[in-house]
Amino acid sequence: MRFVFKTAYGQDLGLFRDGVQRNWYLALLVGLIILPKLVPAYLGDISLVFIYGLCGLSLMVLAGYTGLVSLGHAAFLGVGAYAHVYFTQTLGMPWVLSVALAAALTAAAGVLVGLPALRMTGVYLTIATLAFALIIQEVFARWEPVTGGLKGRPVDKPVVFGVKMGGDVAFYFLCLVFLAGGIWLTANLLRSPTGRAWVAIRDSEIAAQSMGVNLAVYKTMAFAYSAGLMGLGGALFAHKIGFLAPDIFSVLLSIQLLLMVVVGGLGSLHGALFGAVFVALLPVGISQARDSVPGVLGQIAGVFGKVAGDATFVAADRFVKQPGLEPGIFGLILVLFILFEPLGIYGRWLKVKLFFSTFPLYKHATFKRQKSYMRSERLR
Amino acid sequence: MSFFTADKLEINFGGIKALDGVSFAVEQGQVFTIIGPNGAGKTTIFNLISRIYDPTDGRLTFAGEDITEVPPHEIARRGIARTFQNIELFEHATVLQNLLLGRHAHRRSRFVEELLFLPHVRREELKHRELVEKVIDFLDLQPHRDSLIANLPYGVRKVVEMARALCTEPKLLLLDEPSSGLSVEETDGMAFWIQDIRTLLGITVLMVEHNMRLVSTVSDRVLALNYGRPIALGTAREVQEHPDVVKAYLGG
Repeated sequence: MRFVFKTAYGQDLGLFRDGVQRNWYLALLVGLIILPKLVPAYLGDISLVFIYGLCGLSLMVLAGYTGLVSLGHAAFLGVGAYAHVYFTQTLGMPWVLSVALAAALTAAAGVLVGLPALRMTGVYLTIATLAFALIIQEVFARWEPVTGGLKGRPVDKPVVFGVKMGGDVAFYFLCLVFLAGGIWLTANLLRSPTGRAWVAIRDSEIAAQSMGVNLAVYKTMAFAYSAGLMGLGGALFAHKIGFLAPDIFSVLLSIQLLLMVVVGGLGSLHGALFGAVFVALLPVGISQARDSVPGVLGQIAGVFGKVAGDATFVAADRFVKQPGLEPGIFGLILVLFILFEPLGIYGRWLKVKLFFSTFPLYKHATFKRQKSYMRSERLR
Repeated sequence: MSFFTADKLEINFGGIKALDGVSFAVEQGQVFTIIGPNGAGKTTIFNLISRIYDPTDGRLTFAGEDITEVPPHEIARRGIARTFQNIELFEHATVLQNLLLGRHAHRRSRFVEELLFLPHVRREELKHRELVEKVIDFLDLQPHRDSLIANLPYGVRKVVEMARALCTEPKLLLLDEPSSGLSVEETDGMAFWIQDIRTLLGITVLMVEHNMRLVSTVSDRVLALNYGRPIALGTAREVQEHPDVVKAYLGG
């Protein structure tokens, strides 16, 4: 167990708890920089982790910190993506300007959705965002001059300041820079009055109001900031998938984004990133399991004779090739997390860390009282 | 002109008259207590002052200004802070974060500055922190600085809530049943703190309270309400002995 001795108030304002923690994060950064050399085959998937990380931050600010649960964030992702593609490819704007404008436009859309949100709480707000997402998806499909309609629209490789970022490695670093920037900005907000006001709104609107927080302004701000981050994510996402079509930004994607922050752990930036790793890499894991599981099971059952082995292989093969398997597994995992670990992967991570730092004195009940649900989880 | 006045306050919830022509005046530096049986409308007065409810009729003035129409988030900036009967703290934040939120009314940094955490924001935060630390020292909250509210016992939460109200640097402090749920010793401690808040910090206190021992220890003036109507006003002793008050509490 390590104790941090505090001698100045400024120590509580730092991004890191102390030098040791900072060094760990530096080590992580170095690790991410040399990663392309180690696993070149998976760079595409890891870039997606970074993009989802941005989306996770966005939803974490709104659902995890302000307590406003949105089921429409895929629409913001779509607005960012389409806007960016329209600005660069139709209007021929420079890449950086286009990304900034796309983020600003998405933030404006966030304000638009945020305004009715002032009058709604809990499930009603969630339903309103869902309706917004459906409307926006319809707009993507119909507004052909801009979005290409149902036929979709191909996306060029990114060219930043005249440098082609088309390759896997270059795109990986582009996403990494954006994610690191997003984390930095969000962490800054969270240690400032704005972040505190958001948390206050989440935990008690009435107390926040009596302490001088203008609910309307801060809720709208949360929506705008969250949408803006989603817009950034959308611009990168467009390059990642290479082809935009309305059905990509479906409600299912919104649910997946929400799943990300719940599984990661509401109310922590770590949670957003853990969730992103989980949601982006789970399909990779599933598709690998698709190839290997029937064979492994077949071999195990093969101990009881060739017929049993073959039958097991065929049955397992048929099972893993079911089309609905992925959403099914996502749903199962979500249910298991809510039942057994409401604090998400981040909560589990804290427990594991505490176990090792206090070993052999770890008390099982340490986190018992913290297992209460946050208001955003209870959906007032 | 008194420091704070309520003039013929009236509010209806549907057919129920929760308050019916309540007037009182609080002088600067006083501890003014409102007592009354359950449902007499005490907390309703507080909710009117924090502008959570709109009065059907009547006016509120504070420091020479009419605050009847002021939006709720403006109240803290004007110098009125409050606590709640059932504790409304930010449960999943630390004590320190709760108290820092009490500084929100004095926020000077802008969104973009905070986004980049410019030196100006850091300076402001340090200034807020220093004031918060003064309040922590005043109410002996040092051991709980970094604990989550969810992990604190009830008695400490009560103090934290008072501390958060003090962090707004109020001129008028509204305490809604400061002793509810506290033990006898804790209630005595609360009485000392209320006296200190009045004499050392010079803050005027408006309080709703049931515990008559606490009321008679700290109050300068007491107002008794029943069914939304004032029935007695005077010192704690006068009000306690008033026949209408005895009747309201004991029946008959």
